[in-house]
Amino acid sequence: MLTMIAEHFNYGVVIILMMTGLYVVFASDNMVKKLVGLSVFQTSVFLLYITMGKVRGGVPPIIEPTGDGGHEPVASAGHGEAAISHASEQASHGAEHAAQAGDHAVQAAEILYSNPLPHVLILTAIVVGVATLAVGLALVVRVREVYGTIEEAEIDAINYAFDLEGYNPEGEIR
Amino acid sequence: MLSAILSPEWIVREAPVALIVLPLMMAVITAILPRERLAWLVVMGTTIACSVLSFIVLREVLANGVVDYALGGWEPPLGIALHVDGLNAPILFLISVIGALCTLYAMRSVTAEVEPKKRPPFYAAFLVSFAGLLGMVITGDAFNVFVFLEVSSISTYVLVAMGSSRDRRALNSAYNYLILGSIGATFFVIGLGFLFMETGTLNMIDIAATLKAAGGGSRVVQVAFAFIVVGLGLKLAMFPLHLWLPGAYAYSPSYVTAFLAATATKAALYLLLRFVFTIFDPSADFIISSLTWLLAVLGVVGMFAASLQAIFQNDARRLLAFSSVAQIGYMLLGIGMGTALGLTAGYTHLLGHAMTKGALFLCLGAVWYRYGITRVSELNGLMKTMPLTATAMIIAGLSLIGVPGTIGFISKWALLTAAADNGWWWAVGAIVATSILALIYIGRMLEAILLQEPPKIDGETVARNEAPLTMLIPMWTLALACIYFGINSAWPIELAGRAAAVLGGGL
Amino acid sequence: MNTHLILRTVSKLLIPLIVIFGLYVQFHGDFGPGGGFQAGVIVAAGVILYALIFGIEACKLAVPPSWVRIGMTAGVLLYTGTGVATWIMGASFLDYDVLAYNPHHPAGQHLGILLVELGVLFTVATVMVAVFYAFASRTPDLKDGDW
Repeated sequence: MLTMIAEHFNYGVVIILMMTGLYVVFASDNMVKKLVGLSVFQTSVFLLYITMGKVRGGVPPIIEPTGDGGHEPVASAGHGEAAISHASEQASHGAEHAAQAGDHAVQAAEILYSNPLPHVLILTAIVVGVATLAVGLALVVRVREVYGTIEEAEIDAINYAFDLEGYNPEGEIR
Repeated sequence: MLSAILSPEWIVREAPVALIVLPLMMAVITAILPRERLAWLVVMGTTIACSVLSFIVLREVLANGVVDYALGGWEPPLGIALHVDGLNAPILFLISVIGALCTLYAMRSVTAEVEPKKRPPFYAAFLVSFAGLLGMVITGDAFNVFVFLEVSSISTYVLVAMGSSRDRRALNSAYNYLILGSIGATFFVIGLGFLFMETGTLNMIDIAATLKAAGGGSRVVQVAFAFIVVGLGLKLAMFPLHLWLPGAYAYSPSYVTAFLAATATKAALYLLLRFVFTIFDPSADFIISSLTWLLAVLGVVGMFAASLQAIFQNDARRLLAFSSVAQIGYMLLGIGMGTALGLTAGYTHLLGHAMTKGALFLCLGAVWYRYGITRVSELNGLMKTMPLTATAMIIAGLSLIGVPGTIGFISKWALLTAAADNGWWWAVGAIVATSILALIYIGRMLEAILLQEPPKIDGETVARNEAPLTMLIPMWTLALACIYFGINSAWPIELAGRAAAVLGGGL
Repeated sequence: MNTHLILRTVSKLLIPLIVIFGLYVQFHGDFGPGGGFQAGVIVAAGVILYALIFGIEACKLAVPPSWVRIGMTAGVLLYTGTGVATWIMGASFLDYDVLAYNPHHPAGQHLGILLVELGVLFTVATVMVAVFYAFASRTPDLKDGDW
């Protein structure tokens, strides 16, 4: 029992972070705190991938060139395509980023290579998380300028007062 | 060398990749263009070019069955492959054509809804979203799906927020959409992580083969299935996960709403089909039970709940947004049956609904452009003030209800026969009951348009002011498509049949 | 005397080193952890540090916003341009082997990756700086003391 927990404690950490992040998103009224919770939630996913992809005793997957007599790098595999999407509230554009990954096949019990694929996936997910955070914060800045507050309850109250017959009878926003 | 480029064979061969690369390149160029008219021309040219390319791909698929493209020369499973077959080729064509029609419409509507300085970046964001949707549908690699899903989603959050010049609630709605959409995408990526743990590969066909060989059904696979279904369900606005949709559709610019309503949820629905039926082995027990008890049940609940909510809305666009959620419920019901007939019916409804909702939102946007109104009660007397727009709205509304002679009737009839054939009489009852609900909420709009008098300002009836031509053409194209495919429904049914065949005829 | 004298002096020494480190990470991506995104963020961090210490107006003189906008587009076009170049040379999109054809040594792959990572560097660095400019240039309608 204890060995099972010790072997799988990384999943426990992932679960704790995931639920913490989700709870912060649901329970916060403040828009910035919700974004923080979203970041924590996404970080748990990164941990899941990285701890899952760990190869004990693995070396960076670069095949050393062995001169003219040796064989060429076998089946260098490429995988991983990350799209970086950034947006400020003025411009939005995207760029594609393809990273060539090394071979993840074990070379005949001589050298144990790490699998670069989970790391490439996580790099992509991190970039996506950064872009989401940037857009979210830009939206929060705009909401603050327009409504004067970033508490969702107050924003709902302002909207509700405005929506009743289209204007507040006193002619001003409370 | 150069003579080989742009020859017809080269275009046919490179069309899948060009569909993604062209909008992305044009997006960054559009972002720095100084003049709005130039930006609009670039977007129009790109969407038309993509429509042509997607038509070429569709024709190739109809002739050869499958179009594959290995990116960078690396063959799958080592490299990323683009994979087009009967399931996603029609959706590619749909997205491109709807994008082109909406961009023609946007020439006028964007001048009324977005500030001048922000228009070139707005068009750039649209192209990024367009590229993301196309990439999502065309790729054959599971993680690439996530990448393009997020590319399209993040630019969509920006597009929705641009409606704030018109109605400041767009900012709040965009924020809600961002939070929920990111949670959905992260759930999707967690599911992918578990799939990758189990199979060690990310290529869709490879994953399917590995899962089939392994016998399927291990707990990791079940967890992966759960996370992926929840993540995609959030993106396609499955019933309890639809809360972002009414706000996002109601307050964004009409160009964006029409485009999103016709394409974004359909692309996510395609992904659900691809994952549930092709990647996961659909004969596994947990998939069969989740199809029946999760997708179909949530579809029916969504049909009822969303239709009931739509009846009580005052804002016409919120009404149609809730109606969209209900229509997605129909599609999920068709998919949940799992039989070939059910899948065909759900897919036909997907194609039909895109045309119908696109036309409706374009009409409402034209009404806003001319008169600045959004409420149902303010649509009074539209037949007299904007007769062409009102007629298009009536046609599309009838198609939404499912009146014979429209594509809506064809797809609902297909759903009814599929449900009856499957022995699901409760589903037959649900479809009929919710069609009556649709009659009620569309009837509210039609009653205001047809039977009421135009409003009077200072004692004078409002003058007639028809929508401009560039707005009339797209909305009438979609409305006429509803009628044409309702009468001559061979093409949608054939495409849907091929799609269902690709999915292995279901269970 | 300026109160931030130490910060200013130290940063004048360190910011060029930060940028050089960024370039090191960029080119080291071939052999270890590194690559375009990480390098772009490091370079952008150097620029943002300059803006924090010397003020955003001075930073906008050093790295003008127009350059930043052009940089975003140039990076993406460099990346997709590499793909278009491989198209023109007759291979499929982003098939780097044709860029410098050599059957014994993957020189084409080397060149191709160098080019796309350079594109990524430009894009990421300029986008990060642009996001910073967009946030930092907004004039708050409430003074800090009135919160």
